[in-house]
Amino acid sequence: MSDQDPSNPANGVSRRAMLAGSAALTASLFLPKQLKASDYPTDMVNTTGLAVTDDTVTIGILHSITGTMAISETGSVQAEKLAIKQINEQGGILGRKIEYIQEDGASDWPTFAEKARKLLVNDKVASVMGCWTSASRKAVLPVFEQHNGFLYYPTFYEGLEESPNVIYTGQEATQQIIAGLDWVNKEKGAKSFYLLGSDYIWPRTSNKIARKHIENFMDGCKVVGEEYYPLGHTQFNSVINKIRLKKPDVIYAIVVGGSNVAFYKQLTAAGIDPAKEKPIVLTISVTEDEIRGIGGENIAGSYACMKYFQSLQNENNLAFVKAFKEMWGEDIVVGDVTQAAYLGPWLWKAAVEKAGSFDVDKVRAASPGIELTTAPEGYVKVHENHHLWSKTRVGKAQADGQYEVVFETAELVEPDPFPEGYQ
Amino acid sequence: MFADYSWPELGAIFAMQGFAGLILFSVFVLMALGLAIIFGQMGVINMAHGEFMILGAYVTYLVSNLFADYMPALFSGYFFLAMFLAFIASGALGLLVEWGLIRHLYKRPLDTLLATWGLSLILQQVYRSVFGAREVGVSIPDWMMGSLPLTDLIEIPINGIFVMILAVGISLAVYIMMFRSNWGKQVRAINQNRVMAGAVGINTEWTDRLTFGIGCGVAGVAGSAFTMIGSTGPTAGQLYIVDTFLVVVFGGAASLLGTIASAFSISQAQSIMEFFLSGSMAKVLTLLVVVGILMVRPQGLFALKLRK
Amino acid sequence: MSLTSFMSRKELIGFLLLAAVIFLVLPAALDSFRLNLFGKYLTYAFVAVGLALCWGAGGILSLGQGVFFGLGGYCMAMFLKLEASTPENTSIQSTPGIPDFMDWNQLTELPSWWQPFYSLPFALLAVVVVPVIFAFIIGFAMFTRRVGGVYFAIITQAFAAILTILIIGQQGYTGGVNGITDLRTLLGWDIRTDEAKTTLYFVNGVLLFAVLLVAQYVRKSKLGRLLIAMRDQEDRVRFSGYNVANFKIFIFCLGAAFAGIGGAMFTLQVGFMSPTLVGIVPSIEMVIFCAVGGRLSILGAVYGALLVNWAKTTFSEAFPELWLLGLGGLFIAVVMFFPNGLAGVWSEKIEPRLLGLIKKSKDSDAATPAGAPAE
Repeated sequence: MSDQDPSNPANGVSRRAMLAGSAALTASLFLPKQLKASDYPTDMVNTTGLAVTDDTVTIGILHSITGTMAISETGSVQAEKLAIKQINEQGGILGRKIEYIQEDGASDWPTFAEKARKLLVNDKVASVMGCWTSASRKAVLPVFEQHNGFLYYPTFYEGLEESPNVIYTGQEATQQIIAGLDWVNKEKGAKSFYLLGSDYIWPRTSNKIARKHIENFMDGCKVVGEEYYPLGHTQFNSVINKIRLKKPDVIYAIVVGGSNVAFYKQLTAAGIDPAKEKPIVLTISVTEDEIRGIGGENIAGSYACMKYFQSLQNENNLAFVKAFKEMWGEDIVVGDVTQAAYLGPWLWKAAVEKAGSFDVDKVRAASPGIELTTAPEGYVKVHENHHLWSKTRVGKAQADGQYEVVFETAELVEPDPFPEGYQ
Repeated sequence: MFADYSWPELGAIFAMQGFAGLILFSVFVLMALGLAIIFGQMGVINMAHGEFMILGAYVTYLVSNLFADYMPALFSGYFFLAMFLAFIASGALGLLVEWGLIRHLYKRPLDTLLATWGLSLILQQVYRSVFGAREVGVSIPDWMMGSLPLTDLIEIPINGIFVMILAVGISLAVYIMMFRSNWGKQVRAINQNRVMAGAVGINTEWTDRLTFGIGCGVAGVAGSAFTMIGSTGPTAGQLYIVDTFLVVVFGGAASLLGTIASAFSISQAQSIMEFFLSGSMAKVLTLLVVVGILMVRPQGLFALKLRK
Repeated sequence: MSLTSFMSRKELIGFLLLAAVIFLVLPAALDSFRLNLFGKYLTYAFVAVGLALCWGAGGILSLGQGVFFGLGGYCMAMFLKLEASTPENTSIQSTPGIPDFMDWNQLTELPSWWQPFYSLPFALLAVVVVPVIFAFIIGFAMFTRRVGGVYFAIITQAFAAILTILIIGQQGYTGGVNGITDLRTLLGWDIRTDEAKTTLYFVNGVLLFAVLLVAQYVRKSKLGRLLIAMRDQEDRVRFSGYNVANFKIFIFCLGAAFAGIGGAMFTLQVGFMSPTLVGIVPSIEMVIFCAVGGRLSILGAVYGALLVNWAKTTFSEAFPELWLLGLGGLFIAVVMFFPNGLAGVWSEKIEPRLLGLIKKSKDSDAATPAGAPAE
């Protein structure tokens, strides 16, 4: 799909974005700090044959917009398109407008690999914003390494990976898990934990880290149960009974997708009201996006451990949420991954401008140390290991579908994809 | 594993677990009844069954929004209207699909599978384009949420009771229609001998269409009820399809009683195993046992003796 | 079996045409990226050919071909993964030398049933034998009890569901939902490069023709004629004294073997194997390849696999948000209007006209006598 194709209604937004962008460019000619394309001749900034012209640069967006994962990935696509639009309004990157080619991974991992190859080999995109599940990332990783592409991956994930061709804008597992467990232990006096998850690598690895942390680093705390259900499972009454029997202080739930909705609806219906905090429900898999499907009244009182909540009250975030709603509709919500996806184009812009080049090798070399002071979540910085330094926050779910932030780490948490003592 | 618990606790748990099994049973019955009518009586493999259910769920979502916006006073009762409209909507779509698609394929049952698979892809995309790719949240009236505490340990979820009553009610309605109404007689006559049924003056075409429509309508009601316990999104229907077919086939396709019996045995088996094993293994074992039994007894639990 | 009874002249032309398409037209017309995509589509054609035999000739519709495709693919992937997991490559793991996903799942040594997959001959054998064993067990249990038609379809579908849940649930041994990824070399030959993928495309083509010839042989043998007789009047064949179940089991196992080979080639061509290829959705899609191509024709099945996948890729590149409508519509249209698929269109619409044209020109030449007798 190409952006110049006016017959395709799917292009409407990006076309508007580009029109708005050109209006902004005329206005910004008078601004002093504008980077001009003429200062960066194409043969200088693009020595590896990427899709860069004198006034445009093409990137790829690779998410599932059909299939089961479309439920989750839609927010990321929207955030990336918003960031691209805003960057274009500010004059683009090195004076070049960003154009994008969107491909559908169709919730199918081989399709992800196929489309990644198409973007890199056929379309020569300068970078790719994409993937959501670990499985899709694992499927495209060899393609990116072989063709030296550059991927911005937005989802919180299990860690155990550090590819030179990926910037991980979400949290790796320890960033998301440890602070939350410590908080519930100190603040709520929780001692016993019931670990629950969907049956695949992220929940399993995350629960492994949680278990190690609970057993080795938290005095007197123990895990009283650990349980996995197939993806898409919709009947949770049995595990709810088991939880009732074990009487844990905390249900640590990493259930995803459609199962999530079923789990919380059935939990509330079975008389375990998260708001009573008996037991406390702590999750790392429910963002504001998921609450829309679950229904705020069914999850109010649960705690989620994330780096970003829509309700964060800082200037960056207020502006971001406002722009997001203007572009995609008033009743839309923004979750943790959506925000992380929004960081992708901005981090890439910063790295390209620091490198003065679109070449992947130079962008990679420039990436560590990139800071973003305008991030909705606050200040973030790219670590040597290609993950982000970011804060961990705990939010309490409200009936209106938003989280109230109840805790925030004082410092940025260092990303540690291969944590010692947790393997 | 029981040593840690006192007797009252154990008793309570078994009661709860039995109840969980009953809820699962009701869910299976609701899922399977519509398909049992379509597959059992007509031999049509409707792979879009899940999408008909989700249509019912989306209708419920629309009705709940309508009530919340215009008639908040009546909100607590909207669900009944929603279920009725879900039946009408899914049923009407069913009639349309039968007319446009299925009636051309009665002589080729395996082809109905492919055509309805195509239909399910189209419906998924239509839902996605109309309602968005994200799940929608259906707000449920307060009285239907929460639970009735029987003792300190035993709590009965109200929506579970609701699903059970609904399952019983719909089973009864289908039973009465099938075995007491004129339509039921005609359907059974056609099932036994189509040519002869036509010869004695039964309008076989219209009966087929109505049967398909009613089967889809029942699916819509099930989908409407499932908004209480599950998610509503474009692809949610696919979650149900394997279980549904297995329940129907395991019961013996042409027998409604068999469907109910098979729903009961599969749900109890799964529910009990889930308590002792991990959820994934329980599912695998349940499916294996069902398939194993089907290999030994391919006609299912309750087979009708039919002259071919 | 003489040559003419093995393949009529019309069929020979069909084979040659397909050979020209696969070995000449596609490589000449496509750049290496697209050609590699077609390499992937070709691996699905193996399954479709097997299905054309089982379903078209034998009347056995399996909705579980993904199981066999997946088993073949996993056998290959296990070998490749072990080759990729040398202690040097995996030195950052807590247990170097085992596949990475095992390390993530706290396995400290290679499970014993993985050990034989260090050997390529064993793995290649397993690619065929493992699916066949599974197919034999399923087929034996079902066909000797005369389960057929819709029931067989739904039970095989359940197998696809079971295997998927099992693979995902046992992730320490199977790689779980991610599958077995990051496969690199085959006996030191880097399979990730474009040249390697192009080579694999041609290997695919050659193997596919081998499979097609086997299928053709089966179709033309007595077995093939019995299969068709069974499909149309099973009881009469049984009353004639044949053991119907054995023939069905054989053809089902053959289809499974084809699918296993396809799966192994898929692993090589794409570089990983994952449970998304095992489940219900891919299994149904494989049936659709066969239906679009024409279930009665083994060559049609190949074209069907190529065309449906090409359409899928093209639709989804052009209309990423609406392509499912096109695909769903295609399936419905094929079932409604072209029940015999592409092959039916060819033999009913195009071929008679072509023959008519040829005949006309021949008549005008008034030289050659009548060719091969009509089928």
